[in-house]
Amino acid sequence: MEQPIISCRDVCFSYHNLKGETLALDHISFQVDKGEFIAIVGPSGCGKSTLLSVIAGLLTPESGEVILDQTKEIRVGYMLQQDHLLEWRSIWKNVLLGPEITGTLTREKEQLAEQLLHDYGLYKFKDKKPGELSGGMKQRAALIRTMVMEPALLLLDEPFSALDYQTRLMVSSDIGSIIRKSGITAILITHDLSEAISLADRILVLTKRPAAIKRTIPVKLTLAEQSPLAARNAPEFNDLFTLLWKEISDEYTGENN
Amino acid sequence: MNIPGKIIRPQKELTMQERFIRDHHRHHHFVTFFRLLIFVLFLLVWEMAGRFQLIDTFFFSSPSMVASYFMEMLQDGSFFTHTGITLLETLISFLLITLISLLAATLLWYSKTLSEILEPYLVVLNSLPKSALAPLFIVWLGTGTGTIIVAGISVAIFGSVISLYTGFKHTDPEKLKLIYTLGGKRMDAFFKVVFPFSIPMILSNMKVNIGLALVGVIIGEFLAARRGLGYLIIYGSQVFKLNMVITSIIILCIIAMGLYQGIQYLEHLYKKKR
Repeated sequence: MEQPIISCRDVCFSYHNLKGETLALDHISFQVDKGEFIAIVGPSGCGKSTLLSVIAGLLTPESGEVILDQTKEIRVGYMLQQDHLLEWRSIWKNVLLGPEITGTLTREKEQLAEQLLHDYGLYKFKDKKPGELSGGMKQRAALIRTMVMEPALLLLDEPFSALDYQTRLMVSSDIGSIIRKSGITAILITHDLSEAISLADRILVLTKRPAAIKRTIPVKLTLAEQSPLAARNAPEFNDLFTLLWKEISDEYTGENN
Repeated sequence: MNIPGKIIRPQKELTMQERFIRDHHRHHHFVTFFRLLIFVLFLLVWEMAGRFQLIDTFFFSSPSMVASYFMEMLQDGSFFTHTGITLLETLISFLLITLISLLAATLLWYSKTLSEILEPYLVVLNSLPKSALAPLFIVWLGTGTGTIIVAGISVAIFGSVISLYTGFKHTDPEKLKLIYTLGGKRMDAFFKVVFPFSIPMILSNMKVNIGLALVGVIIGEFLAARRGLGYLIIYGSQVFKLNMVITSIIILCIIAMGLYQGIQYLEHLYKKKR
């Protein structure tokens, strides 16, 4: 077995205020192998985004540890819920924001950005302002902005939730295929169960707050063609959906008792 | 009644769009007309009231007296010295206000602790009537341009710091998170997101500041000047040269309008660029 690209060991995290502390993550342990696509689902407000922030290094765990690939230094990319393109910059300037900030803007980076803009069909919009693009295109531009940093691990924090349903189906399928093709390891947070099934190799179900891992469900679909949209027609899809829904709804009924 | 040979056909109607444009222009002309009318009527009533001795022109002056005094000022060059010095002092105050308050607001944004510590001081200094400070400046700094510029700064600076800082704080926290996820530090967040995001707010803050700087400069000139429009106003009122007072006030009106329009033009340039 290959070295996991990331492993979390007994990660705990609490939010503090004067009234007391709120435990958000309760001994979370899991690992992700290189090239794997993991989805994390759980009741709303359970601490999914906190977990992602801890993995990204934006928050420090109170106990436990997050170990990134030990063999070499890897970069972690992060996609937020909204595209957050800066509206006063052109698309070109937006996708190069990362290298600009880290001072790594080289000719190679520019070539990579150009290549990605071509690949994702945004090249002719590169001098436009974000306001002139559709929601799906903006989300793709946001993905390019992340990919320009050449991450080995990609964190996706409900990146499609701001889109309307039809755009969302298209874009999630689009971006899912892109990530698959590039062989990047990805961790996706979502509340959309069918999205999780159609994109991921493995789904972690979290309990309600404080979040602990309730169950890990491997996704094995028999597919004629490899695409997230086709995955929704796989014979196993409905069973997986029912299973996931049961796990999540158990958490909600637990709340009412 | 029908006139023989008259052709009866539907009148040529305007399309809805043509009608909309016509009504729009009509409305526009209507507004402009009444604006000018009020101005002309005001001058007319003022002049006539003086001519028919309804008011004493010694105290109230009149448009024709103002005009002839203004010509006098142009000829002996006093218009240029007095207006020039007031304008210069206002512009210097304004530039310093903008610079200092931008710097201070940036520091406050950068350090949450610093802003917490300083908050009560800012609030007190901002609510203080700044004209009360002017006599102190004279004692400390003497009379002259320096004192007047400080008076101009003191009127606007605290309010400007507070509103810039509040504006900076309104930046979407998710946009800041974006910078951090891309490996940026707090200063990157400021220069890539907070500052560009706040430019419209900064411009409208400048509009307020330019007006306040003028107020401060005039207060300063009332107390500590031998030149400038504020000096002319206070001197004129002391020696009952009301022509001088009213002419200066009118020049002041025009300056205030010009400065405001200047900032508005900057704003316009910025919007066009975006």
